[in-house]
Amino acid sequence: MERRGPILSYLAEMPVGGRIILCVLAALAVLVPALNLLLPPDSLFHVPTFVVTLFGKYLTFALLALSVDLIWGFAGILSLGHGAFFALGGYAMGMYMMRQIGTRGVYGHPDLPDFMVFLNWKELPWYWSGFDMFPVALAMVVLAPGVLAFVFGFLAFRSRVTGVYLSIITQAMTYVLMLAFFRNDMGFGGNNGLTDFKDLLGFALQSDATRAGLFAASAIALAAGYLISLAIVKSKLGRIMVAIRDAESRTRFLGYRVEHYKLFAFTVSAMMAGVAGALYVPQVGIINPSEFSPANSIEIVVWVAVGGRGTLFGAALGAVLVNLGKSYFTAALPDVWLFALGGLFILTTLFLPKGVVGAIAALRGTAGKRRRGLSGLFRLLARRLL
Amino acid sequence: MPGCLRICFFAVALSLAFVASAGAEEAKAKDISALVSALAQKSYKKKATAIEALAATGDPRAVPVLEAMLGARLFTRKSDNKVVIGEKQGDSLWLSDPLTLKAIGSAKKRTLKKVRINNRLRKILRGVLGSMTLLSADPKRRTAAADAVFKSRAASMATPLERALKVEPDEAVRSRMERALAAIRLVTKKETVPRLKAIERLGAFADPEVRALLGGLLGVKADGAPEEADAAVRRAATAALDDANRRAAFWDTIGNIFHGLSLGSVLLLAAIGLAITFGVMGVINMAHGEMVMLGAYTTFVVQEIIRAHAPGAFDYSLFIAVPAAFAVAGLVGIAIERGIIRYLYGRPLETLLATWGLSLVLQQVVRSIFGPTNRKVGTPSWMQGVIETAEGLTLTYNRIAIIVFALIVLALLLLVMRKTWFGLQMRAVTQNRGMAGAMGIRTGWIDALTFGLGSGIAGIAGVALSQIDNVSPNLGQSYIIDSFLVVVFGGVGNLWGTLVGAMSLGLVNKFLEPFTGAVLGKILVLVVIILFIQKRPRGLFALKGRAVET
Repeated sequence: MERRGPILSYLAEMPVGGRIILCVLAALAVLVPALNLLLPPDSLFHVPTFVVTLFGKYLTFALLALSVDLIWGFAGILSLGHGAFFALGGYAMGMYMMRQIGTRGVYGHPDLPDFMVFLNWKELPWYWSGFDMFPVALAMVVLAPGVLAFVFGFLAFRSRVTGVYLSIITQAMTYVLMLAFFRNDMGFGGNNGLTDFKDLLGFALQSDATRAGLFAASAIALAAGYLISLAIVKSKLGRIMVAIRDAESRTRFLGYRVEHYKLFAFTVSAMMAGVAGALYVPQVGIINPSEFSPANSIEIVVWVAVGGRGTLFGAALGAVLVNLGKSYFTAALPDVWLFALGGLFILTTLFLPKGVVGAIAALRGTAGKRRRGLSGLFRLLARRLL
Repeated sequence: MPGCLRICFFAVALSLAFVASAGAEEAKAKDISALVSALAQKSYKKKATAIEALAATGDPRAVPVLEAMLGARLFTRKSDNKVVIGEKQGDSLWLSDPLTLKAIGSAKKRTLKKVRINNRLRKILRGVLGSMTLLSADPKRRTAAADAVFKSRAASMATPLERALKVEPDEAVRSRMERALAAIRLVTKKETVPRLKAIERLGAFADPEVRALLGGLLGVKADGAPEEADAAVRRAATAALDDANRRAAFWDTIGNIFHGLSLGSVLLLAAIGLAITFGVMGVINMAHGEMVMLGAYTTFVVQEIIRAHAPGAFDYSLFIAVPAAFAVAGLVGIAIERGIIRYLYGRPLETLLATWGLSLVLQQVVRSIFGPTNRKVGTPSWMQGVIETAEGLTLTYNRIAIIVFALIVLALLLLVMRKTWFGLQMRAVTQNRGMAGAMGIRTGWIDALTFGLGSGIAGIAGVALSQIDNVSPNLGQSYIIDSFLVVVFGGVGNLWGTLVGAMSLGLVNKFLEPFTGAVLGKILVLVVIILFIQKRPRGLFALKGRAVET
């Protein structure tokens, strides 16, 4: 066997699905913006801007699902409050874009966002300072969720709050944040949240090029998130995480500081969720406290469950699949959507404990490895490509 | 003969009185129409005098005139300057005579001139109208009249108030009238002694209005001089105000405790079923809130049926709704346990997800059947009304009923758990499933019944919540997080813990509210619970022994 460098061996150990996802992402990051920008609108292969934005949004959801899978699938931490980290990242980005509006707001105040002028505030609250600089905002996108997750996780894991208890208090956490952000005097726009963004780094948000750029950025972020998660999972640290998931007390008795590993995974995951939120906000153009609602956070868990818990790429796939379904149902049959989502919860937990990815693997397993078919074709393709 | 003389004298006196009164009657009629015309004068000051003079006649005919004036329905006819009452009827106005109230045809708007009033006159009008209804047969109207007089503090009201006080039979109305009289005396009298007496009287009341009145005496004018010149009055007012404030604070605390207990019993009702499904069985049922919602909708349906078929029995609707809600939610619960949850025992996270999905489905089912808007659930007459004390404390009957109801439900549940065969088997299965099965208990059956019991109690909670909250498909969602926190806070698997948890959360919430506002108070409570769970991850009253590590 030839010797390979660390990166190559790392890639070689990657699951097939992961390779496919990476290839697809790379292709999307290049092709979709190109098809959107370079082709004339009447061309057959032209991708309309709204589709670019829609799929860009799905990609950020996929990154969010990935972050949940990292802790739920590999460390057994079921967080029902990950929407909070997503929303915090979104708010950090939103605050930067609010400051970018400058005098173009309705009231034309150079410093204060419209809602503060409306509330008769005289000066910017201290926690808004610095958000006019992109690097600061970028740091806060990662730090705000990271610090919250670190403090919350430190308290929770240290006192061995586990299982459903942890799920319930994470849910309470996002609920508290929702109530807090609904208040006008918190200084985050209350009910309406932050909106009316004009541009990001000087690029107008409404333009096709910016949208395509955001799409590419989301695809790259998702790929990076996947590679980071995979690196964690494949390392020794990842093995210990799995051990904690399967037998927490035994791992502790073997001498591992269980809470440190959990805290690390939880914080990294929260940061990834924050990045996803930061990419989500400029694409949808608004962030408001309803992103903190506990129902949203539970929905994320469903994406992961549908795609396949503990597979990483399955989580990303699940997020895209469920949201495609959601977009279709809410437009075509709005009454059916909750039935479909609720049914999805029940059916996946009862019949697809490993999600779509697990079901496909099981099918392939029963059909034998030599079977030529769609999956065989995929494997062949993947082997050729990587 | 003294007897005869006396009769003669009496007869003469009587006839004299009759003649005099007939004369007075005539004079009064003239007088009153003159006064009504005086209402239409230009100067607001003169209008005010006319209003007070009209009220002082005590004539019941003055009431509609003054009411019309207050309602801007009093006009003068430009042709003959007669004061008339006009009712709008399309472009023109129907006119009627202000004293006889007989219709006198209609007229165009421009032929009439409105009798204008300003805010000062409005206040006077309300006050005098108040005094004129002081003798009404309805005690509610008399109370309202006394309160209106208290607000206006018009000097002219003192005499009618004294007169009304003499004949007032109702103790509660009497005290309102005395309050108004004392306020008038305090404001209008010049001498120190009666004013001190008035302050003493007012001091017996501690409601915010009286405190504002007393506080007004202690204020300082713009030029630095005290609002009240008389030092003795100031001293008395300070003392009375301090005393009133102290008593008000005390009653405020009582009121807060009541509202806290009421909120706590709502939480208790919502959490008690969860204490069984989550606490005893260890099943995370996220659809628990939807069981509450089903109970509330059952109440709605029961009431609709009663309204349609036996409107007279409406007051008993809740007594039918409670068992009906228990049955509906309990059966749905058993179906859920047999259909979904029994395949997921030992996998709590999956149970959580599946039941959450179920809650979405149930919400959508209810939304499809009953529509997304709030449904109106009526309150039986015996649950309406309030107990009000002189200190401004109000206790509503429906809140009291819910506190009592929650405690009854808890007591019954404890009885079932401790004293019945079913309770015994339930505890046996919880403690050691395998052993219970070996002893011949049908564990699967007990699981289903236990889950049904928890869900049924949630349904009962829905009946109670329908009385104080909006009945909508989202009803359950607003309680689910709170109820989980109550159970976790109180200690899983312990009904007393649930009681203490619910009540302390309710009380803390209500006592924080005045300082922090409702939302921030709630946030603080949640943060405190999250921190508390760090310290005692198994709750206030944790189970000890083997059951802990499962």
